Amino acid sequence: MAKLAKSPWLIHYDGSSCNGCDIEVLACLTPVYDVERFGVINTGDPKHADIFLITGGINSQNKAVVEQIYSQMPDPKVVCAVGICACNGGVFKDCYNIIGGVDKVLPVDVYVPGCAARPDAIIDGVIKAVGILEEKRKKKGGKH
Amino acid sequence: MGNRTIVPFGPQHPVLPEPIHLDLVLEDEKVIEAIPKIGYIHRGLESLAKKRDFNDYVYVVERTCGICSFMHGMGYVESVERIFDVEIPDRAKYLRTIWAEMSRIHSHLLWLGLLADAFGFEALFYQCWRMREQILDMFEESTGGRVIFSVNKIGGVLKDMPHEMLLKFVNNLNGMEKELRALTDVFLNDYTVQSRLRGVGILTKEQAVTLGAVGPMMRASGIELDTRKLGYAAYGDLSFDIITSKDCDSYARCEVRIGEIFQAFDIIRQAVSKIPEGELITPVKGNPPVGEAFMRVEQPRGEAIYYSRSDGSKFLERMRIRTPTFANLSPLLETLKNAELADVPLLILTIDPCISCTER
Repeated sequence: MAKLAKSPWLIHYDGSSCNGCDIEVLACLTPVYDVERFGVINTGDPKHADIFLITGGINSQNKAVVEQIYSQMPDPKVVCAVGICACNGGVFKDCYNIIGGVDKVLPVDVYVPGCAARPDAIIDGVIKAVGILEEKRKKKGGKH
Repeated sequence: MGNRTIVPFGPQHPVLPEPIHLDLVLEDEKVIEAIPKIGYIHRGLESLAKKRDFNDYVYVVERTCGICSFMHGMGYVESVERIFDVEIPDRAKYLRTIWAEMSRIHSHLLWLGLLADAFGFEALFYQCWRMREQILDMFEESTGGRVIFSVNKIGGVLKDMPHEMLLKFVNNLNGMEKELRALTDVFLNDYTVQSRLRGVGILTKEQAVTLGAVGPMMRASGIELDTRKLGYAAYGDLSFDIITSKDCDSYARCEVRIGEIFQAFDIIRQAVSKIPEGELITPVKGNPPVGEAFMRVEQPRGEAIYYSRSDGSKFLERMRIRTPTFANLSPLLETLKNAELADVPLLILTIDPCISCTER
């Protein structure tokens, strides 16, 4: 297994979520769930990140921010939509300011459903993302 | 006068999981002015009242914010109950109080953890969040959800807590309390922690009044006000003091919130010893009558106001929430003035910001 898959770094951005999924993402990093045992580290710097976790739907204000973070991440990269709002807009689908799920602006690789997504589901999503990351790396054929 | 520079802070930044943008006008390392820009998580939740009927809308209001989701649901439901003019069963009132105080403990523990992270004490951050998981387990056992509970309904609550469960919870809380004393001792007495918190981010009593601070932010500036004293839910039957501090700095805000955690333990114990048997819900029939109602709720972050207006149809004509973080934004800008750049993340944290609530 390549180094990348052993220690994927992730960046988290709150699209327009209600905070519920965000605190569950944070709960994943803290003692009871502790994704760091899989080598996963939460970083604030897009240039260090391999996995992009987005919670909440896309609105006109944050569209540019999300695209900008994605474009700064180095290849290969995986996008993971956490929570039903990030998947398709969820309960806020009919709100005037919501464009829709994350897949309206970015290619999403992993969808994690739930309102709020449970830490177990988020960890499962991240592990799936690691698999996709590894495939993408092989396709790209570079050394990592 | 040194060189002035503008440093953009956010929306994607490592302090909070939520996006907020501040333009910090700096002179060397000193902040001269902070200009906020919000709207990154605006969803337009209030307008959804026209598309979801008043019963379904409970679930939307709950998702205003995942941290104080229970209290958002409770505030909305009580405002509609006022329009209906319905008296809810006593047991439901007590259950709401217990869940609300559990939310307060989990929210304050979350904040203490983030505060520890902001001043770079990572072990303390993890300890706080470990303790918080015990509260979330109790929520999961009693409601089925960890952060979104959906137990409020107009007229009462949907789920009951059997007596054995309540006793078990009190037992758990007693166990937690001992451990928590040791943990909060670090916040209150540790030399390094004090050096980061004492005298940082002063908000005087006069400023707090003028700028309209709410919640622990206001009480840490020596103002004795707490919406719970209005006696909504079962708070009227329970005895508790308002926790204040006169120091007006970040340390005082930490102290007040720690005090409120232990107070919440006490309120839950009182509520469990007094909770009456009986129905969970008073059924309401038909659409809400024409009318309007205000409801004020003391959330962990401060006073939230819910306004509902009905025109007699099943959709509310208007639903409005005034959230505590919005009220605390102008005091925040005041504390940021003349602060050092390195203290900015800490100062933003001391108001316990919840941007999801603010922008809705």
